Amino acid sequence: MEEIQKLICISCPKGCSLEVTVDGDTVVKVSGETCKKGVDYAEKEITDPRRMIATTVRVKNGFHPLVPVYSLQPVPKPLIRDVLKELRKVELAAPVKQGSIVLENVLGTGVNIIASRDMPVS
Amino acid sequence: MTLKNVYDVVVIGSGPGGLAAAVAAKKEGAQDVLIIERDVELGGILLQCIHNGFGLEIFKEDLPGPSYAQRYVKEAYSLGVEVLLDTMVLDITPQRKIYAASKRNGFIEIESRSIVLAMGCRERTRPQIRIPGSRPAGVYTAGTAQRWVNVEGYMPGNRVVILGSGDIGMIMARRLTFEGAKVERVLEVMSYLTGLTRNYVQCLLDFDIPLQLRHTVKRVIGNNHVEAIEAVQVDEKWNVVPGSEEIIPCDTLLLSVGLIPENELSRKAGVILDPVTGGPVVDDNFQTNVNGIFAAGNVVHVYDLVDWVTEAGYQAGKCAAAHANEVRRKEHHLIPLIAGNNVRYIVPHMLDKRNLEGSEIRLQMRVSKPVEQPVWLEVHDKNNLITRRAERYVRPGEMVTVVLKPDHFTDVNKADSLTIDVVPR
Amino acid sequence: MPESYDFVIIGGGVVGCMLARWLSRYEGSVLLIEKEADICMGATAANTAIVHAGYDPLPDSLKARMNVTGNQMWDQLSGELNFPFERRGDYVVAIGDDELPALDTLMQQGKKNGVMGIQILSKAEMIVREKNINPDVSGALWATTGGICDPFAVTVAAAENAVLNGVKVMLNTAFEDFIMEGSRIVGVKTNRGDIKCRWAINSAGVYSDQVMHKAGVRPEFIIKPRRGEYFVFDRADITIDNVLFPVPSEKGKGILVTTTLHGNTIIGPNANIIDDKENRETTKVGLNEIWEGAQKLVPSLSLKYVIAMFAGLRPYGNGPCKTPGIDYQHDYIIEIPEDVQGFVNLGGIESPGLTSAPAIAQEVVDMLRDAGEEMKEKKGWDPIRRGRPRFRDMDHEEQKRLVHMDPRYGRVICRCENVTEGEIVAEIHAPIPALTYDAIKRRTWLGTGRCQAGFDMPRVVKILADELGVSPLEVSKKGQGSEFLARPTKQVEN
Repeated sequence: MEEIQKLICISCPKGCSLEVTVDGDTVVKVSGETCKKGVDYAEKEITDPRRMIATTVRVKNGFHPLVPVYSLQPVPKPLIRDVLKELRKVELAAPVKQGSIVLENVLGTGVNIIASRDMPVS
Repeated sequence: MTLKNVYDVVVIGSGPGGLAAAVAAKKEGAQDVLIIERDVELGGILLQCIHNGFGLEIFKEDLPGPSYAQRYVKEAYSLGVEVLLDTMVLDITPQRKIYAASKRNGFIEIESRSIVLAMGCRERTRPQIRIPGSRPAGVYTAGTAQRWVNVEGYMPGNRVVILGSGDIGMIMARRLTFEGAKVERVLEVMSYLTGLTRNYVQCLLDFDIPLQLRHTVKRVIGNNHVEAIEAVQVDEKWNVVPGSEEIIPCDTLLLSVGLIPENELSRKAGVILDPVTGGPVVDDNFQTNVNGIFAAGNVVHVYDLVDWVTEAGYQAGKCAAAHANEVRRKEHHLIPLIAGNNVRYIVPHMLDKRNLEGSEIRLQMRVSKPVEQPVWLEVHDKNNLITRRAERYVRPGEMVTVVLKPDHFTDVNKADSLTIDVVPR
Repeated sequence: MPESYDFVIIGGGVVGCMLARWLSRYEGSVLLIEKEADICMGATAANTAIVHAGYDPLPDSLKARMNVTGNQMWDQLSGELNFPFERRGDYVVAIGDDELPALDTLMQQGKKNGVMGIQILSKAEMIVREKNINPDVSGALWATTGGICDPFAVTVAAAENAVLNGVKVMLNTAFEDFIMEGSRIVGVKTNRGDIKCRWAINSAGVYSDQVMHKAGVRPEFIIKPRRGEYFVFDRADITIDNVLFPVPSEKGKGILVTTTLHGNTIIGPNANIIDDKENRETTKVGLNEIWEGAQKLVPSLSLKYVIAMFAGLRPYGNGPCKTPGIDYQHDYIIEIPEDVQGFVNLGGIESPGLTSAPAIAQEVVDMLRDAGEEMKEKKGWDPIRRGRPRFRDMDHEEQKRLVHMDPRYGRVICRCENVTEGEIVAEIHAPIPALTYDAIKRRTWLGTGRCQAGFDMPRVVKILADELGVSPLEVSKKGQGSEFLARPTKQVEN
C-alpha cells in the first residue's frame, strides 16, 4: 500500500519540501528535492531518522567552564536524550583541542562526539 | 604587545566578518593589521552558536559555530594579525583616528590607513516591540540567554516562552530543552515562520514544542520575577482577537524578534547609514562614504548565512588593504615643500613625486618682504640645487611661480623634502 | 535589647533620604529603614525628573510653598552633594488659540506662589526655541527656574552624605507597626526586629497612609496611587532640547515631552488611579495614551526609536478631609500630630515631591525644634559629598588620566552608555552599596541605552558575584526573588 509523506529536508539551510512515496518501510519515490542530499535524507528519515547533536560538556581549569561539543555524524533520533545524558556525566580537563574525541562510539552508535573548539587553560 | 602608532588596517570586531577582513587584508599585502575585539577572545557571537550548520557553502562541511570561527582565528594568528582583546573602541574620527580602552592596555589612541567596521548587530529588545506589563527579572534576548547557557553555564529559567520564530529563538528552544528546561511555547506574530524551515523541523517539531503563528505577548506578569505571560492571537491588522487571551505560567520570556546592525561608532566616524538596512551605505568594495572606512557583515545588513558574512569580510578586507597600500605608497612618495628664506608660503604644501614623471608641477608662492633687485628663486633638497627661476624683483603683493619639469624627476625623486629660498642674483 | 535611635525614618525615597541628610547635621542618632533592596525604589524612581518652578500648585497651599522654596534650594544642594542639575527652564505650550488663556491663568498663579522669572512667549519665539514643536503652537509660558535632574543621583547623593555624617541605613527592612506607650511612639517593629526610637518619621510614599494609620493618625486618608507610564527614546535619533508641558488639565500636569540629563527624550506620564501599590505595569492603552498626548506637542516623534518604557506610582491622596485647610488631593501632609507623640507625619508627597524634598526636610527640622527638640548642630558635619568619576562624561584626555590611575576604568562594560568596570566596582563598595543590578543601573546609567542590557547584563552579574563573593545564582535584578539565573546547566536529568 503506497502512501505519500511530506518532509522538509534539513540537510542544508534551503529546507526543501519533499514528497516521499513510501510502501511500508520502503521509499518508492522522492520529489521536490533540489539536490541529491534530498533523496538521501528522505530515505534515511523514513527508515532510520538521525540528527546531529551539539551541546556542551564541563571542563576543569578551562578558560570557560564549558566546552562545546558535537556529533561528527548524525545519531539515531530516538537516542538523542540518552546521548545527552552520557555527555552530562563527562568532565574534561583543559587544555582541550578542537576535534579531540570526547566520547568514542557513543552508546554503540559508531558516532564520535568531538570538541568544537580548543579550550585553553584558564 | 607593543602597539604601533599607525596601522595599515584596523578591523573593529572579530566575528566572521572581522576575521575574514583581517585575514584577507594580510593576504592582500597589508603590513600592519590589527583586530580590536571587545570580548575576551576572538570569534564573536559564533562562539556561543554551538549548533552546527555553519560552513556548508565555504567549506562544504557542516560545522558548529566555534569550529567555524576557530579556522579563521588560527589563520589570522598565523598570518601575524595583531589582536587587542577585552578592548572597547570608544570613538572613530573621519580622519581614521581610533580611541579605545582596555584594562590591560589602558587608553589607546591609534591611526589607521584603512578601517574595517565589523561590529555586527545587536538584538531588538522588549521596549522596541513595546510589550507592556511589569519589568521583572526573567525577560532576556535570546542571544543573552545563549551566552549564559552555552558559554557561562547557567540557565535563566526552567519554564520558558519564546517570542519570535527567528533562528536564534528556535535554536534556543532546542538548546534549553537539551538542558532540561520546558519550553512551553514559541509565539510568532507574523503568519509565517521567520527563521529557516529546517530549524522548525529539528528544533521544534522534533521535541514537540508548540509554535503558534499570529500570536504575541500581550503582557508580562510578575513583579520581581516573571511568573507568567499573557499570550494573544492577532488578526491580519495586528489587532488582538477578542477572547484569545491565554495566561501561560513561565519563569522566562526569551525574545528572538530581530537584529539591528550596530552602527554607533560608524555614526561617530561620519559614515552615512541607510535607513532601510540600518547599516552603512557602501560601494562594491564595501567602502563607506568616508574615504578608507570599509564595512562588512551584519554591521551592513543582517545576513542569514555566516558563509556570506565571511565572503563580504574577505572583499572588504582586500579592498581595505589595497587602500592602505595606496596610502602608504603615497606617503612614501609624498614630500613637503618648505618655505625657506623670504618665502611666506608655497602651494601645494606637499607633492607626490610620481606625478612629476609625466607632467609639470607648478609651485606657487608669495614672498615675505619686497626685494627690489634681481633675485633667484632656488629649489633645492638638503644638498643640491634642483632648479631656479630668475625674477627682476619680488613683492609680497605679486604671486610668483616656479615650475618643476619632468626633467627634474631624477633629482626630485631622491629628495625627502624641497626648500625654496629667495637669494640675490 | 533592641537598638535605639533618636530618629527613625521610615522610607528611603527622596524625601526620606533628604531628611536623613538634614537630620545628620544635628546631634542625635538617625536610622533610615527601607523595605526594598535599595533606596529610591518607589515614587522617586519613576517620574519625569523635573525640578518644577512652582506655578502649578494651588496658591496658599503647603505644596506651593514647599515647591517654590524647594526649587530655590537646588543650586546649593547640587553643589554640595555633587549631582548633576541643569536649570534650563521649562515651557507650558499652548496649542491652538483656545489654550492661550490658560497660560495667563498659570502665570498669575505662579506669581501668587512667588515664582520668579516667568513670562509668556510668542508662537514665533517658541518655534525658534524648539524646532520640533507642533507648528500649531500659539504661545508658551516660560518658567526660567525650572530644571532637570537625575532623581537617583540626587537621592543616592543625599543618602550617602547622611551616611558619611553618621546616619545608619538599613535596606530590606520593612516597617510593620509602631511600639506605643500610651499615645507615645517609642519604637518600630520591622521584619528584622524591633527598633527603639524617640521620634518616628513617616516618609513611606505610597504606603504613608498605612504607616500613619498604624499610629492612629488620619484614618480617613487613603492613598490610591496614580500610575504614570513613560516612553524613553534613543538620543541618537530623537533630540528634544527642552522641557515641554501641555496646558494642564484636571488630571494633572498632563503628558509632556522632555529631555533628560542623559540626553534622552522621554514622554509621559498619563495618570490612572489604581488600587495596587506595587503595580508598575505598563499597559497597551496607557502607552497609546501617552503616545497620542506627546504627539500633540511634538508631532515628529517616532515609535521606531523607543528604547525603554516604564511606569511609576505617585502617592495621590483621596480628597478633601475634616482638617480645615487640607485637601488630600491637592496638598501635602507635613505635621507633628497633636494626639500622638514622637511622630512626624508626611503624607501624599506626590509631584512636585522631588523638587520639594529639601524644603520638606528643612520644614521637618523646624517643626522638631518647635516641638522642643534642641536640634544642636553637630561638630564636624560635612555638607559635601564627593562625586565619583563618570567615564562617559569625560573628554578623551580626562579618560586617559582616569584609566592611567585605575585600569579598571579602561574596561567598558556597557557599550551603549560607556560605563566601565571601575565605576561599577566603586558603586558596589560605596557608602550606600549597590547590591543589585538595578542599583548599579540607576547609579551609573548602564543598561539604559539602546541595547537595554543585552551586552552588559552577563558581565555585570559576574562583577557583582565576584565583588560580593557570592554565586552568580544569587545576583538579582532588584532584590530577593528577582535573581537572573535559575541553576547551572548540566544539573537536570531528563
